[in-house]
Amino acid sequence: MFDDFFIRALVAGIGVAFVTGPLGCFVVWRRLSYFGDTLAHSALLGVTMAYSFEFNIAISVFIISSVIALILIQLQRKTNLPGDALLGLLAHSSLAVGLVVIGFLTFIRFDIMGLLFGDILAVTVNDLIIIWAGGALILLVLKLIWKPLFASTVNYELAEAEGLNPDRAKAIFTILMAAIIAISIKMVGLLLITGMLIIPAAMARNISDNPQKMVLFSIIGGLLSVVIGLFSSLEFNTASGPSIITAALFLFILSLLKIKQSIQLKN
Amino acid sequence: MASNSNTLVKLKNAGYQQNDKWLVKGVSLEVEKGKIVTLIGPNGSGKSTTAKIALGIYKKFDGEVEKYTNKIGYVPQKVSIDWTLPLRVRDFMVLTESLKEEAIDEALSLTGVVHLKHKNLGNLSGGEFQRVLLARAISKKPELLVLDEPVQGVDFTGEIALYELIKKISEELNCGILLISHDLHTVMSATDHVVCLNGHVCCSGSPSDVAKNNEYKALFGEQAAQTLSIYEHKHDHVHSHEGEIKKN
Repeated sequence: MFDDFFIRALVAGIGVAFVTGPLGCFVVWRRLSYFGDTLAHSALLGVTMAYSFEFNIAISVFIISSVIALILIQLQRKTNLPGDALLGLLAHSSLAVGLVVIGFLTFIRFDIMGLLFGDILAVTVNDLIIIWAGGALILLVLKLIWKPLFASTVNYELAEAEGLNPDRAKAIFTILMAAIIAISIKMVGLLLITGMLIIPAAMARNISDNPQKMVLFSIIGGLLSVVIGLFSSLEFNTASGPSIITAALFLFILSLLKIKQSIQLKN
Repeated sequence: MASNSNTLVKLKNAGYQQNDKWLVKGVSLEVEKGKIVTLIGPNGSGKSTTAKIALGIYKKFDGEVEKYTNKIGYVPQKVSIDWTLPLRVRDFMVLTESLKEEAIDEALSLTGVVHLKHKNLGNLSGGEFQRVLLARAISKKPELLVLDEPVQGVDFTGEIALYELIKKISEELNCGILLISHDLHTVMSATDHVVCLNGHVCCSGSPSDVAKNNEYKALFGEQAAQTLSIYEHKHDHVHSHEGEIKKN
């Protein structure tokens, strides 16, 4: 059944969407979209490392992204630069270094477009195992830290005062972000991963009145985006990442209609 | 101040500095089970800072903090809920502890806002939100309640009722309360121990002791002292079970 590249891509995409749904909600709630971008940009460096040392791509990306996240936390503590400047600094320098390293790796033929925008042809059965096993692990950990993470998202001081240890939850969440980027990079590509996190969650925000609903709609939105995006990618011969994100954007625009409706109802 | 088994939290010579400026320094106080300790003082005198030291929100503080409980309910001075987060009152109630539906209803009824249970937090008025904050803090039946201006924005009659509720909770749950309040009237009627702050402890003791203190008068003015004397005039005695009047 997994012989067909399209079936593999679909199964991979569905696995990714289950994880990006809830994580994406936290990215929106905690205003972390540029943080996600930074981790994703650094993923290129992770990919080149994987090729240089003949290592598994997902694991290599996970390690590099985690290191970049740690460096960011250190820089935030030790410099007076604003957060967005630090994010930009790390995002673009790690992307640049990654591209420079690619230049040195002349013995490998690189599909840069595939890396940046995703390549459904590249998804192997091995990738499927990593996505589903890794994804299940991410969701399990997220479930375990849900209460402190959510409470500190609402109000850090409340969570800290009432003994929930929000700092630990935040650190674990950062690792989960690195992990989702690592497992979804082949599907969506590193330039568009943050879109996969944010757009379905933003769509869900428009049609939800409580956090559980928002997470649920975010997952559904991600699943629909993957299915619609991949079928149109096949149909129109477009890159998988942009097709999925475009489908997500389409759903977001639809969700705006619902907002308009509810505003009209109120008036 | 020797600690005993009733002590819930104890600060010894605690202080906190931010950007090389001391926000508060040399605070010693102790909250015991069933007692209400109130912090008073002008703006910027370090009341909220002291509460945050006691709660463990500030970690790099000076001095010592001993905490003997983890069951804490906290009403912060400021809570802003981001619009990106869809949150109903009900979701907010179970933020730090899972509660049964009846427990949620009970706490919301006590503060008079059970009808708002399914409303979005963003749509509440300031006073309504304050009542929800208080309901959330008491719903988990804490051993220690830290209330940072818990009735701000609440209408006048509501204010009195909420202070009565706070008093009742401290008796019923036998929990200790660290209260920050501007309302000297209430402070004096419901408090066991008052700590008057102005960057440091300027005086502390029972409400009547503090009222007589000159530093207190200097800080709050003659009028405040008079407020207290009126209060003292009204309540300088207690009634025993037999109805006799006992002098304090």
